[in-house]
Amino acid sequence: MRNLGALIATLAWLASGPAAAERIVSSLSVHQVLIDQSFSGLDLVLFGTVERDAATVTRKTPYDLAVTVTGPRQSFVVRRKERMVGIWVNADSRSFIEVPTYLAALATRPFNTFASPELEQRLQLGLRNILLPQQIGPDLADVVRDDPFRVAFVRLRAQRGLYVEQTSAVTFLTPQLFRATIPLPAEVPVGAYEIDIKLFADGAMIARSSSAFEVIKVGFEQFVANSAQHHGLLYGLATAAMALMTGWLASIVFRRD
Amino acid sequence: MEIYLPVADLPVNVFLILGMGLTVGFISGMFGIGGGFLMTPLLIFVGIQPAVAVATVASHVAASSFSGAISYWRRRALDLALALMLLIGGTAGTVAGIWLFTKLRELGQLDITIGLSYVILLGSVGGLMVAESLRSIARARSGAKVELRRPGSHTWVHGLPLKMRFKQSRLYVSAIPVWGVGFIIGFVGAIMGIGGGFMLVPMLIYLLRVPTSVVIGTSMVVTLVTMAFATVLHAATNHLVDAVLALILMLGGVVGAQFGARAGQRMPADRLRLLLGILVLAVGLRFAYDLVVAPTERFTIRVMESGS
Repeated sequence: MRNLGALIATLAWLASGPAAAERIVSSLSVHQVLIDQSFSGLDLVLFGTVERDAATVTRKTPYDLAVTVTGPRQSFVVRRKERMVGIWVNADSRSFIEVPTYLAALATRPFNTFASPELEQRLQLGLRNILLPQQIGPDLADVVRDDPFRVAFVRLRAQRGLYVEQTSAVTFLTPQLFRATIPLPAEVPVGAYEIDIKLFADGAMIARSSSAFEVIKVGFEQFVANSAQHHGLLYGLATAAMALMTGWLASIVFRRD
Repeated sequence: MEIYLPVADLPVNVFLILGMGLTVGFISGMFGIGGGFLMTPLLIFVGIQPAVAVATVASHVAASSFSGAISYWRRRALDLALALMLLIGGTAGTVAGIWLFTKLRELGQLDITIGLSYVILLGSVGGLMVAESLRSIARARSGAKVELRRPGSHTWVHGLPLKMRFKQSRLYVSAIPVWGVGFIIGFVGAIMGIGGGFMLVPMLIYLLRVPTSVVIGTSMVVTLVTMAFATVLHAATNHLVDAVLALILMLGGVVGAQFGARAGQRMPADRLRLLLGILVLAVGLRFAYDLVVAPTERFTIRVMESGS
C-alpha cells in the first residue's frame, strides 16, 4: 500500500510538474543560412516567449536567458613559439579534439549576475566554462580555465568572430517575450548548428529548450565547392586549363606585332 | 565589391585581389619569374589560409607564365630543349621535396623550415645578384667591355660528361648540371610552395652560362609546366584550389605580365638583374625579421587533418 501511495504521488508530481514550470517557445528568423557569392556575414534572430500558466509559481526575480550556439565540430592544433638560438620556433603544441568551429555564448546579463559560479561551470555558461577537450596523453580532458593554450585558442577564434561572448545580445521586450541576435561572421563554417536556450530565475535554471539551423552553400558556390571536394582531379584539370586559356587570351589581346 | 570564395570560405574584395594579381604579374613578366614567393605571403596577409594560398597561387603562376612564355616564343627567345631537360630533373626534385614536406609537417616544424629556407635562399640569391649586377654596372660605367660569357671562361661544370648541344642557347654542356639545377628547383619549390623562377634565372645565367636573352623565356616554360602540374596535384590530393580566387588572380596576373615583359625588354640586362636581386633580398629580409623579432602573437591555430 505504501508503494502504491508513492506511485500516485509520483504520478501527480509528474502531471503537475511540467504545467507548473515555465516553457520556452522559440523560433529563428531563418533555419537555413544560404551562402552565395555576395555572402558577407549575417545576424540571425532568435525570438520567443516564456510560457506560463495559472499553476506557475511567481518568481522573485525577472527572467534571465543564456543562449549557446554551437557550430560543427573540428580538431585543431594550437602551437606556441619560443625563442631558440635567436629565432622564434614552434616549440609547444596542444591538440583540441572535436571542439566547435563556431561558438556563441549570449545572455541577457553577465552570467555571474544570475548564476552561481558552480552553476556557471556545471551548465557551461560563457566561453570560459564551455568544454574544450584537449588531448592529454591518452585522455581527453578540458584543462584549467587559465591554461595559456586554452586562452589563446579562444582569443584567436574570437578575433575572427568565430567565438563570441555577448552578455547583452538577449533582450526581453516584455517580461516574457525575448529576442536574441546571433552574429554569424562572413567566414562562418558550413554545417549544422545547435542552439541551447536556458532560462534562469531565482538563481536556478528553470527551463531549457533547443533549436537548430544549418549553414549551406548554394548555387555557384556550392557547385565549385562540391567539385573541388568530390571531383578533385577533374576540377584541377579544369583550373589548369582555365589558367592556360587566360594566359593565351591575354597574349592574343595584347599582341602587338 | 566583395565576392565570396567557395573553397577559401571567406569573402574578399575583388579589386584588391585583382590589383595584387596585376602587380605580381607585372613583376613576374619583367623578370621571368613566377612570382609565387610574392603572391603567397600577400594572400596569407589578406586572411586566406596558407594551404589554400599555396595551392591557388600555383594556378595563377601557370597562367601568367604561359602568357609570358607565348610572347617569348614569338620572338624565339626561349630554349625548349633546355626547358625539357630542366623539367626532367625538376620532376625528380618535386617528388623528393613533397616527401620531405610530408615528413616535416608530421613533426610540426614545417613553418620554421619554410621560414629559414626563404631567408637563406632569398638572402643568398638576392645578395649575390645585387653584388654581381653592381660590379657589372660599375664596369660598364668605367668603360671596360662587359662580356658575361667569355669564350674561354669555362667552369668545372663544363668539364662533366654526357654533353648535349642546346642550339637556341648556343650552349654545349653536360646534361648532369642541367638535371641538377632542375632537381634543386623542383625540390625547393615543393617545400616552399613556389615555382622557383627567382632561383632558376640566376642559376641558368651564372652556373650554366645560358645567354640572358633566352633565360627568361626558358624559365617561364619550366615554371608553366611545374605550376600547371602542381595545380592538378593540389586539387586532386588536398582539394584546396579555389577556382574563383584563381580566376581573379589570373585576370590581373596575365595583364600585368604582358606589360611587365615589355618593360623588362626595354631595360638593360644588368639593371634588370640588380632590381630582381633587390626584390629577392628584400623579401628574404622580411622573413628574417619575422624569425628574429618577437612576434606579437605567439600562438597559431591549425586545423588538424582528419587522417592524423
